[in-house]
Amino acid sequence: MHPAPSVIIFTALSGLGFGLIFWMGLGLPHISGMVVTSVFALMGLGLATIGLLASTFHLGNPQRAWRALSQWRTSWLSREGILAVLTLAVFFVYACLWAFLDMRIAPLGWLSSALAMATVYTTSMIYAQMKTVPRWNTVLTTVLFLLYAAAGGALLAAQMHLAGVLLALLAVVQVLAWKQGDGAFASAGHSIETATGLTGLGKVRLLEKPHSGTNYLMKEMIHVVGRKHAAKLRVISILLVAILPATFILLSDVGHWAGLVIVVVHVAGLFAARWLFFAEAEHVVGLYYDQR
Amino acid sequence: MTQLPTFTKKKLGLVIDLDTCVGCHACVISCKEWNTTSYGAPLSDVDAYGENPVGTFLNRVHTFEAKQEGCSAQTVHFPKSCLHCEDAPCVTVCPTGASYKREEDGIVLVNEDHCIGCGLCAWACPYGARELDKVEGVMKKCTLCVDRIYNENIPEEDRVPSCVKTCPAGARHFGDFADPTSNVSILSAARGGMDLMPEIGTKPVNKYLPPRPKADVAPELDVLGPLLAQDETTGGFIGWLDRTLEKL
Repeated sequence: MHPAPSVIIFTALSGLGFGLIFWMGLGLPHISGMVVTSVFALMGLGLATIGLLASTFHLGNPQRAWRALSQWRTSWLSREGILAVLTLAVFFVYACLWAFLDMRIAPLGWLSSALAMATVYTTSMIYAQMKTVPRWNTVLTTVLFLLYAAAGGALLAAQMHLAGVLLALLAVVQVLAWKQGDGAFASAGHSIETATGLTGLGKVRLLEKPHSGTNYLMKEMIHVVGRKHAAKLRVISILLVAILPATFILLSDVGHWAGLVIVVVHVAGLFAARWLFFAEAEHVVGLYYDQR
Repeated sequence: MTQLPTFTKKKLGLVIDLDTCVGCHACVISCKEWNTTSYGAPLSDVDAYGENPVGTFLNRVHTFEAKQEGCSAQTVHFPKSCLHCEDAPCVTVCPTGASYKREEDGIVLVNEDHCIGCGLCAWACPYGARELDKVEGVMKKCTLCVDRIYNENIPEEDRVPSCVKTCPAGARHFGDFADPTSNVSILSAARGGMDLMPEIGTKPVNKYLPPRPKADVAPELDVLGPLLAQDETTGGFIGWLDRTLEKL
């Protein structure tokens, strides 16, 4: 799949934002006072909002984006939109009361936490539901999205030990997901023969493309070039996103400035991992072009 | 809107005969011509006369080669457009309700006034049947020429999809698969009409007829074999030359 910057920014930043909202809903970090509370709350709201806005950049007709809130009965994208708006609204009220009136209403916080994680769950399902992309079509996609949000959120909420444990867990699940993903296309049973229905006629190959140039489908679903360095990028991303931060946190006492460096390293790794999430995913339509 | 109908009165669709298709791409051109001037936004081309032309098409013809071990290869021309699936994943993923499947005849359509161009339906389609128009920013797909098949302003024999009407080889057939006595149901049953990528569970309405078995690509029907074998005992001058050169 084409790793479009808008979708990478959207999933990465909104995940971080909702992750922070999740922990703040549970009352973490233990802060009070207008300035400190506002800074944390604005970070959560800001990241989630920037992420959501970024997702509208790839739309052909963003002026009608409000219509996307209407099909919650069947569409995970629609459900995500609704839950995101609800989460931001509930958390906004909760954070305002906390920051300005020093009134932290726990049940309202729990509601924001639940909504935040539900939003991340719906984001993950947009990808996990795709039977056409076998690498994504697994429960591990959902587990990963939730872990990325929870771990990143814990880092932003300065919950270092919590973050350390979650990041260690994230590293394990990410490696498992890569391993499982590598065999997903083959084990789903799709081939150029089943795609064309020519199974009984022997080995099938594309003799001639339907057109000499490219098209929307090939640009969107077939991404071959970027995958060349996938192995190196996997190592780089998992080091940055999980292993290095987890090691530092679990082996030493992290102060404010070291914490900031760890966040920056984690976010850099997050972008690399999310880029890979798209670039490595192979869509079955590639079978009709004899390319994946 | 994006809930699929549990039952459609008709199941309109196409039978595409892979044995008959000659790969002339006439269906591609007539589809583009009809659909760029009728239902919804035109099918745009970008850089049409430049170095990297890209355009929106609702129907494309791929050409495959199939080869069995020890036999000659055979060419299969393969037109591909929306299969109007009964369990259409492109419809249920749509966040706006722009994508829908009609209860009355099973045609899958896009309401372009509601489409935000997010592209998720194209991701959900295994067949590459949907293309986002670069100029209009809305999703385009085969409408089964919904503006021809019910159009009382054109002669009755023209009330079929443009691709079917134009195919010079007669490789495309249009009809109602819900009616077991329809032309398409009978043809599909007689010739072993098949689904594309059946394992993905979309239940396509359109059926493809596999190429008929050919003598030179199936080992059990080796009718040319004996003829080719005679070559080795050719008589006359060539035969003498062959034997003489063999001895040298």
